[in-house]
Amino acid sequence: MRTFLSVLTVLAAIVAFWYAACVPMNIKGVLDTAERAGAEVTPVTSKERRNMGSFGLVASNSFAIAATFSQDRPRLPAPHQVVRELWNTTVMKKVTSKRSLVYHGQVTLKATLLGFVIGTGLGILLAVGIVHSRVMDMSVMPWAIVSQTIPIIALAPMIIVVLYSIGVQGILPKAIISAYLSFFPVVVGMVKGLRSPDAMQLDLLKTYSASTSQGFWKLRLPSSMPYLFTSLKIGIAASLLGAIVGELPTGAVSGLGARLLAGSYYGQTVQIWSALFAAAILAGLLVALLEVIEKTLLKRMGMSG
Amino acid sequence: MNTQTTTQAHAPQGAPEAVVEAKNLDLVFPTNDGPVQALKDVNLTINKGDFVSFIGPSGCGKTTFLRVMAALEHPTGGSITVNGMSPDEARKQRAYGYVFQAAGLYPWRTIAKNIKLPLEIMGFSRAEQDKRVEQVLELVELSGFGGKYPWQLSGGMQQRASIARALAFDADILLMDEPFGALDEIVRDHLNEQLLKLWARTNKTIGFVTHSIPEAVYLSTKIVVMSPRPGRITDVIESTLPHERPLDIRDSQEFIDIAHRVREGLRAGHADD
Repeated sequence: MRTFLSVLTVLAAIVAFWYAACVPMNIKGVLDTAERAGAEVTPVTSKERRNMGSFGLVASNSFAIAATFSQDRPRLPAPHQVVRELWNTTVMKKVTSKRSLVYHGQVTLKATLLGFVIGTGLGILLAVGIVHSRVMDMSVMPWAIVSQTIPIIALAPMIIVVLYSIGVQGILPKAIISAYLSFFPVVVGMVKGLRSPDAMQLDLLKTYSASTSQGFWKLRLPSSMPYLFTSLKIGIAASLLGAIVGELPTGAVSGLGARLLAGSYYGQTVQIWSALFAAAILAGLLVALLEVIEKTLLKRMGMSG
Repeated sequence: MNTQTTTQAHAPQGAPEAVVEAKNLDLVFPTNDGPVQALKDVNLTINKGDFVSFIGPSGCGKTTFLRVMAALEHPTGGSITVNGMSPDEARKQRAYGYVFQAAGLYPWRTIAKNIKLPLEIMGFSRAEQDKRVEQVLELVELSGFGGKYPWQLSGGMQQRASIARALAFDADILLMDEPFGALDEIVRDHLNEQLLKLWARTNKTIGFVTHSIPEAVYLSTKIVVMSPRPGRITDVIESTLPHERPLDIRDSQEFIDIAHRVREGLRAGHADD
């Protein structure tokens, strides 16, 4: 109960800070609108106001503070505006509607999951190779690390163009960008996990003259499970990010990325923020789902810390 | 001299059969600080049915010698045979079971499934696996615990389960590397008693590494005293204690005399430090 209260306090502090930030961020826009509507504003002209600091404007026009929370296109939307937009575009819309975040969310989710499966599979295969072959350890690992230093935002359009030119389009290019981001944590985690059995455990198998594959299936793979799940949780979040980034350069019409892009074209800040929150909530749900699977499985395996 | 006592203790008929024979065994580990002589000129014969303890300070090569027998290390000089063949071949013939200091049971397997691990690897049939698990659980007095997970058992019970695992494929040599080192003394006494019973019932040849003089004297028919830098054998003591050994034999004069000789041997090994 006390923990719950503490968590609530932190959340309240964040929301309060956000509301407070809305005032100076939006005050200029509010005053411009008010001036056009004939209200008395100090200073009077927008040119004078432009040279003033936001806090000064707030101080001399305290009547306008309330209006900073309810603009149409605020620089920084207030929390309740984002929540209302989220509500209106999820619960209040049919899921097939082009304005429904659920619709856009599931488009992105499909690419995310496909990319996650490809990335995880690839990551595990590479890790198995790296653990069993010194040559692969020395030749693949450096490339895997280098691959993650290239900004995905630069690489994504190239991947899409190259794939399009060989006739691959639709969900797959997005999934591949997802996979590109999610395979790396899986490789790193699984290499560590597959190497986690200690010398004694490996010696024990040696005294049974166990083969490499018996060692893999009976010891290395089960031992790696806690590491795998840690990686999967990072991987799925990276997958979602990859799918969203994959939607940006294609001018996609559906998906959370498309929603972000459309919002920024038309200055619909509330729409951008609600799409951002939808993505964050989706990522949170996916990670939470993995956590439940992890807890259940590791408990059954007697490996929960 | 050794033939006499072991015959008395364990093998009633005929001449003892040598199971392990090491001749002028050398083992040098290359390290960053130069080569380390882990074993130097080790000569030892272990007969069938012997209970041999290896005792000595850290670095004396007692564990290394056990590992050489098990083909986990390979000597750089001299020769060693197990059942008349090389340790590698002996391993393929399932000549020995190995028990480590930690039980090392897989947490994701039940006790029964843990004991099945070597049986699965060696390709025993399902029915045979079940039969053997029952047998060895009974041997280590863990019948009825097959369905439990390792974390549901005490440290001593876990170590017994790991002994059962080593016994499951019926190797005639049991190699134990400080198996009770991590347990408290009361549990250790109990397990020592059980181990002697198990040895009497199964007629196995046992190689046992320990730090403890009372443990070595209580258990062994033959005590090998070793000393470090380089690792070598300084004394081999044939125990004159009877085969039947209640725990209070440790208060007898005979026991104290043997323990004294072991201590002397250990001290002699340290004299050149």
